[in-house]
Amino acid sequence: MTKAKGLEVSLAVAEAVKQANVDVIAAYPITPQTHIVEELSVYVANGELDAEYVPVESEHTAMSASVGSSAAGARTYTATSAQGLALMHEILFIASGLRLPIVMTVANRALSAPISIWNDHGDIMAERDIGWVQIFAENGQEAYDLSIAAFKIAEDHRVLLPVCVNIDGFILTHMIEPVLFIDQKKIDAFLPPFNPALTLDPKKPVTMGPVGVPEVYAESRKQCEQALINSREIVAEVFDQWGKTFDRNYKLIEKNGPDEAKSLFITMGSMGETTMTAVQELTDSGESVGQVRIRLWRPFPKKEFLNAIAGAEELIIIDRALSPGSHNGPVAQEVKALLYDEPVKPRVHNVIAGLGGRDVTVKDFKKMYAMSRKNELDPNYTIWGVRSDA
Amino acid sequence: MAESAICAWQKLELGTAITTPGNSAELRTGDWKTLRPETDREKCIKCGMCSIYCPEFCISEAEDGYYPADLFYCKGCGICANECPKKAISMIMD
Amino acid sequence: MWEIRLHGRGGQGAVTSAELLARAAIAKGKFAQAFPSFGPERRGAPVQAFVRVDEKRILKREKIYEPDIVMVLDPTLLDVVNVAEGLKQDGIVVVNSPQSNEELKNRYNWPNVAAVNATRIAVDILSVPITNTTMLGALLKASGIMEAKDMEEVIMDRFGPKLGPKNFSALSKAFEVTNIN
Ligand code: SF4
Ligand code: SF4
Repeated sequence: MTKAKGLEVSLAVAEAVKQANVDVIAAYPITPQTHIVEELSVYVANGELDAEYVPVESEHTAMSASVGSSAAGARTYTATSAQGLALMHEILFIASGLRLPIVMTVANRALSAPISIWNDHGDIMAERDIGWVQIFAENGQEAYDLSIAAFKIAEDHRVLLPVCVNIDGFILTHMIEPVLFIDQKKIDAFLPPFNPALTLDPKKPVTMGPVGVPEVYAESRKQCEQALINSREIVAEVFDQWGKTFDRNYKLIEKNGPDEAKSLFITMGSMGETTMTAVQELTDSGESVGQVRIRLWRPFPKKEFLNAIAGAEELIIIDRALSPGSHNGPVAQEVKALLYDEPVKPRVHNVIAGLGGRDVTVKDFKKMYAMSRKNELDPNYTIWGVRSDA
Repeated sequence: MAESAICAWQKLELGTAITTPGNSAELRTGDWKTLRPETDREKCIKCGMCSIYCPEFCISEAEDGYYPADLFYCKGCGICANECPKKAISMIMD
Repeated sequence: MWEIRLHGRGGQGAVTSAELLARAAIAKGKFAQAFPSFGPERRGAPVQAFVRVDEKRILKREKIYEPDIVMVLDPTLLDVVNVAEGLKQDGIVVVNSPQSNEELKNRYNWPNVAAVNATRIAVDILSVPITNTTMLGALLKASGIMEAKDMEEVIMDRFGPKLGPKNFSALSKAFEVTNIN
């Protein structure tokens, strides 16, 4: 067993990208993603990583350059956050529409206004429908592992879609914690060189991104959507292979706590660990409570999720983003829509917590649980901890 | 790849790419003109301005140095006639 | 689990202290977290950093509200912020101060105090009044989390062959002279 190294999670992600042996990095620095791309630029400058680093002038160009380089057959990486992700918006659809296996880290951060550099999931939730595979990491080890696995998923010829790995801004990106690194040789064996299905090649010209007339557009979208739906199986397969090869097991949906728990917290991202401490303390004091973590957000793993919540009487769904004007936060909307077809439905509470970097603590989770028991949470959703005069 | 993109989604090329290069050459853009250009070889000085201005890029230099329009693509817009410095091109009924 | 809150001013190296402590603990096979109070930092403004150290995996990602130990790099902070806010009943304040443990205890009503004149040590050994590495020596002594020598490798790695030995020597000096209560 190798020894864990204590370092900032951003640097662990940069190491993962280096070990994935990328050919092109096109990125624009933005807090809290900066340390990742800064470190990568150092690797390229000092020759540790033989790649092209494109210091673009905006995130719109970062994604455009990524589309170009991926289309030319280069293994391509970028990373961004909040406003940067929003600026990429239109090109994100092009990346998936052209079936380009770009890998991107999103250091999740709240969107302005007011200006916030702190964490929530508002940035990626505004990009739910970009047609990318979207994964949420819970800790530094996952961020490292999944950043490598992401290339394997994206480049699989049954997928050929871009993959975005979400890591909570600051809470993960700026955290110093133990990470176990994998030998380069083992990574090379796990992740073979990129073998593109279609490339821009002057010797064999193709046109990528032509006009899709009304007679073609729907079929074209259907193709991408089906690839995304099918990717679920490949994500599971790659996670499985990861577990067998490196002895760290990841599931699409992960259930923690007692099997027969009546109440379940549903979380995504780094909040899950704090939730687990609350679940442990509540279980110790005789409560019937557990936790379900959504690791794969797009495509949403329906079957696995329904299995995980089977038997639960109550769900406390934590959203780290608002969906203004809707009935619920994004995750609760997803889950409620899924439950509509189920014969037996658990009660659903939705708590929107941790907006713009607001700390969410073990105490908060315990209080949410107590309020849900007494039915004191708002029937639609509660914005946790919001100060009010009412 | 399907012969045409009007096919089942399963048969569409990856990312709806077009993998047969040069297929736009098969598209007859010149099927709707009312007027076509005709060059008066007496006036023409073989300067090539008409070929530069043609929005269809359908005028090119022939072996004899003149600049005939390829009527398979010519849409009859008359830009060549307008731009010719010698007024050597006239637009006539097709 | 040890929960430690570090107080300093922007530029004094509180975040570096936190990082070094966590890295050394992890190198020793422990589990640890270190993180700043996230956000833009102005030089001279009061800042906090946080460290957790445990023998088992840490499943908690919140700031530290009820620390076991508070470490204060700058004595001028004592009258600006309540550094002992939320401190556990048997908690310790490890503080850079020329005053004695007794004096500080009486003045601020802290349960346990480990004071060291880190500015003096830093100026003597490092020739600059930067106390972040020195104070780690006092912290280790007061808490018993690790020995001073357990910090040597990360200090050398961080500060290099020129400044590394000096910083480690300042840390060791503080470890040697610090007393609790
Ligand atoms: S009429 Fe228009 S399209 Fe035809 S050759 Fe002249 S410029 Fe080209
Ligand atoms: S622009 Fe007129 S003169 Fe020049 S090549 Fe064309 S037809 Fe001849």
